[in-house]
Amino acid sequence: MNAAHGIQSAAWLLVVLPALSAAFLLLMGRRADKWGHLLGAIVPVVLFGYAAMLFFSIKSESGQGRIRDLHLFNWISVGNFNVEAGFQIDPLSLTFVLLITGVGSLIHIYSVGYMSHDEGRRRFFGYLNLFIAAMLLLVLADNYLTLYVGWEGVGLASYLLIAYYYNRESAATAAKKAFIANRVGDVGLSIAIMLMFAYLGTTSFNGVFAGAGNLSHGVVTAIALMLLLGACGKSGQFPLQTWLPDAMEGPTPVSALIHAATMVTAGVYLIARSAPLFNLTETGRTVVTIVGAITLLYGCVCAFGQDDLKRVLAYSTVSQIGYMFLAVGLGPGVYAIGILHLVGHGFFKAALFLSAGSVMHAMNDRIDMRRFGGLAKVMPITYGVFVCGYLAIIGFPFATGYFTKDKIIESAFDKGGISGWILGLASLLGAALTAFYMTRALLMTFHGAKRWEDDVHPHEAPRTMTVPMILLGFLSLVGGGALTFGGGLQNWLEPVVGKPEEAGIHTISPTVLLALTLVVVAGGVAGAYLVFGRRPVPVTQPAGSPITVAARRNLYADAFNESVLMRPGQWLVRGLVFFDNKGVDGAVNSVAAGFGGGSGRLRRIQTGFVRSYALSMFAGAAAVLAVLLAVRFS
Amino acid sequence: MSALTAVPANILAAGTNNGSFVTPSISYAAIAPILIVLAAACVGVLFEAVLPRSQRFYAQVALTLAALLAAFIDVIAIRGHSVVTASRAIAIDGTSLFLQGTILVLGALAVLLLAERGVEPGSAIVAQAAVVVGSPADRRLASSDRVQTEIFPLALFAVGGMLIFPAANNLLLMFVALEVLSLPLYLMAGLSRRRRLLSQEAAIKYFLLGAFASAFFLYGVALLYGYADSANLSDILRAQNTSTQSDTLLYLGFGLLIVGLLFKAGIAPFHSWTPDVYQGSPTPVTAFMASCTKIAAFGAILRVLYVGFSVSNWNWRPIIWTVAIASIAVGAVVGLTQTDVKRILAYSSIAHAGFILMAVLAQNAQGQMDVSGLSSSLFYLAAYGLTTIAAFGMVTLVRDGNGEATHLSQWSGLARRSPLFAVTFTFLLLAFAGIPLTSGFTGKFVVFRAAYHSAAPLVVIALIGSAIAAFFYLRIVVMMFFAEPAEDGPSVVIPSALSTIAITVGTGATLVLGVFPQPLLDLADHAAKLRG
Repeated sequence: MNAAHGIQSAAWLLVVLPALSAAFLLLMGRRADKWGHLLGAIVPVVLFGYAAMLFFSIKSESGQGRIRDLHLFNWISVGNFNVEAGFQIDPLSLTFVLLITGVGSLIHIYSVGYMSHDEGRRRFFGYLNLFIAAMLLLVLADNYLTLYVGWEGVGLASYLLIAYYYNRESAATAAKKAFIANRVGDVGLSIAIMLMFAYLGTTSFNGVFAGAGNLSHGVVTAIALMLLLGACGKSGQFPLQTWLPDAMEGPTPVSALIHAATMVTAGVYLIARSAPLFNLTETGRTVVTIVGAITLLYGCVCAFGQDDLKRVLAYSTVSQIGYMFLAVGLGPGVYAIGILHLVGHGFFKAALFLSAGSVMHAMNDRIDMRRFGGLAKVMPITYGVFVCGYLAIIGFPFATGYFTKDKIIESAFDKGGISGWILGLASLLGAALTAFYMTRALLMTFHGAKRWEDDVHPHEAPRTMTVPMILLGFLSLVGGGALTFGGGLQNWLEPVVGKPEEAGIHTISPTVLLALTLVVVAGGVAGAYLVFGRRPVPVTQPAGSPITVAARRNLYADAFNESVLMRPGQWLVRGLVFFDNKGVDGAVNSVAAGFGGGSGRLRRIQTGFVRSYALSMFAGAAAVLAVLLAVRFS
Repeated sequence: MSALTAVPANILAAGTNNGSFVTPSISYAAIAPILIVLAAACVGVLFEAVLPRSQRFYAQVALTLAALLAAFIDVIAIRGHSVVTASRAIAIDGTSLFLQGTILVLGALAVLLLAERGVEPGSAIVAQAAVVVGSPADRRLASSDRVQTEIFPLALFAVGGMLIFPAANNLLLMFVALEVLSLPLYLMAGLSRRRRLLSQEAAIKYFLLGAFASAFFLYGVALLYGYADSANLSDILRAQNTSTQSDTLLYLGFGLLIVGLLFKAGIAPFHSWTPDVYQGSPTPVTAFMASCTKIAAFGAILRVLYVGFSVSNWNWRPIIWTVAIASIAVGAVVGLTQTDVKRILAYSSIAHAGFILMAVLAQNAQGQMDVSGLSSSLFYLAAYGLTTIAAFGMVTLVRDGNGEATHLSQWSGLARRSPLFAVTFTFLLLAFAGIPLTSGFTGKFVVFRAAYHSAAPLVVIALIGSAIAAFFYLRIVVMMFFAEPAEDGPSVVIPSALSTIAITVGTGATLVLGVFPQPLLDLADHAAKLRG
């Protein structure tokens, strides 16, 4: 581990700057309303500039020299428990820093236009900057405890932004739901950290990875599974996935930045960062792949039942993160592919969300695809950007998904054995379903007849919104190719997550698999076109088949949670409240009443007559003397 | 009488001198603070005779404050002194100096409250005490700015007595000091400008009961003299090893003596004067009594127990146990149903007296009285006194057409009229309740810790007592913040700089001693040494 030097020593600015700006924006109040959004938007741009310089500074090193440690201060020092607050600047964290500040800058700029009619725009940018600060702290931390601070920070920012329209009942509920689901995951992460401390006495990445080899297999697996629980909560993975679609209640830029491109991928980061731990436990990795496979199919199925464009994209995010989990679960060598898909997904999902936001902006904040249709002609730029994102996500040849997602499918098959076949087929099926639901969304929104309501007059978005959209659309198309050119990102990440897999034994030859993938994707597109492209879309939701109904109701996950977790929880709470009211309060109140009654009787002694006071003193003195004499003569 | 152990060396410094009668040599340097205060009191009396009435008030205030300040500076100057002087009648040691310094500071703050003329023309003190209540002259004088300025020399005499009281090594001197501090207080209690009948009633009650208690004290001294052939505390201690007299004299003498002292400290069952006198007296005088008198009385109790009876502690421990429990119980329980803020604070002071008394039960591993009991009570006394001055000082500010509005119902919704007042008073109440980050917590903590080793059940009872007492403190808070203000409710008067200083110092000390208590704790530890 080398100490940071030169420009790298200023990396603390990455967290301090947005944190200060957030504090400033939130504390200044209405006085900053006029220019607050500009300050908020310029901060990530500045940070991106610095991150780019940091990138070149690290790139000029080689091998392990690319991992730099920046010690900040001695945070906790209690007994033999020491936590040094520090940053680890290495290819993995830097990839995230660039993604967060880069995509973050574009979305901040987009928000200036998107939120221009909103009274709380300054507050919105304050929260966004808070998110940037927390997210950068999360990815830059060099120990699990500092990471946890960032982890909770992004959870808070996410909560505040989902509930941004806090006077809307559904937004407040969605924020609470997100917070609670995240708490479940956070408990897992905190238990993992406690286990590290209990067994290794340290929480720093280096210390934990160095000591993990000497731990029993059970402990390592326990730590890994607890980390996975944390990752599932934050990334909306099975079984904690239900909060993410509801989180779309927040403003669309938030959905793009936090609930698609960056925060929800923190779980993938956590697992990739903990690669040395997961490498030690086959069980842990298998569970990760199972979670990933289940979630990627779950997201696809639910997505095609939705009529709300943002919810389609949200389920698509759930599904795509499932791909990433699958990749990082496949073990050494595939981590980099997971990160690759993560970055690519950051580009194209942000592009998709921003164009969805542009559509919403044009349609008076309506988001029901059944009332869209025929928007391609009215909003050509938005349409173009959406198509770029669409091509990228379905894996159209030479768009981003083609380079990133197809690699995951290939790696899943290459795992070998029955599990390899199952995972491979699941991911292949996922690719087909992705093509299906994305085509459906594209057709329902931009093609076909106009189904607008009367008071809607769609128009193209202002320049502040279209420019970031175009940039992201462009990145969606070429980003994947650029990142994989000459093994680019994979080689870059090698010092942290290990060597890319050698082209060894293939279960299916890559060429055949590529062709197969393209065929199923084309099948998905064609299927969707046959179902939705050739018939008029009903304005109101038809009854639908049992599968459609199940997909609309997200495969009854909410119903399950409500009946199995929420209701019994409410009963338990009601029981406790009853016990508290009758039992505890009853006891407390009767004690209080007892004292009150005693007080009422005792105060009667205080008659106000000096003669009775003298008598009480005399009696007291007599008692004192009696006690003393009793002691004397006993 | 069981075998007596040696005097604990950590408490009693050596240096007793058992000589025949010699001309007493007096270390004037050591008793200079006392002399300054008493001399200034005499000058104050002369002021009354020679100065025209219009000049008296400011001259008296200036003289009193200057005397207290000079005496305080002198106490600091002679810190570290440890002598027994004036024929072993007076002991100037760490404990006496700590208590004297505390009394002087609190006395000065109380005088600031006494001199306040911003909230009521002419101050809280009656214009002419001898005028018949309700007579035409009384009505005429009520609104004048004349003041019975004798209250300032009286306060100085009382302070002088309070300085001697905890330093008296001889029980007769202690009795003299008791009277010197009590007699002016009886008068001061009756000098209220408003509600004069209530004030005079309080003064009469205080005087009668105080005289009654003095009789107990004096009888106790007589019996102890009969037992030990000396009224000197160290002689009485030694006599418990050597005397050929009946032990009954010792026990009865001790019992009567301690009753007299417990009365002054306001400990149940000798507390019955406290609520009536606290309520009836002018509030600045109440502040003075509740802080300074209490400290002086505890100083005397500590000296009597630690110097005179430190080896026979197994004998008197049950008494202290009983009265401490009684005091906590009476203060906390009867306080619950009080409806007058001053009476609530009076019952609070009774409960606090019980807490402080627990400290003398602290024993070390050898069963000797532990010095931690002494140092923790010193800290508690200083902290409690400062909070009390500020609290009573604030009570003077809530007024309506009839003067101070002390009924609890009148305080409803006060937070809306004056948020600063309500927040500050709430903070002081939290200190009384012993909530962390206030000096009240630190004080309770050190006292309970000292007593825990040898009197754990008592600590548990004290904790229950503080929980009960918290109710009536919080009730005031609830009234101020969550009740609807009355239509014609009282308002909070903005006082002049004098009261502001007193309240600020008291509140500030409450906060500082809650957050950074260590310097004063160290000082109290350092000061916890007695000579006999």
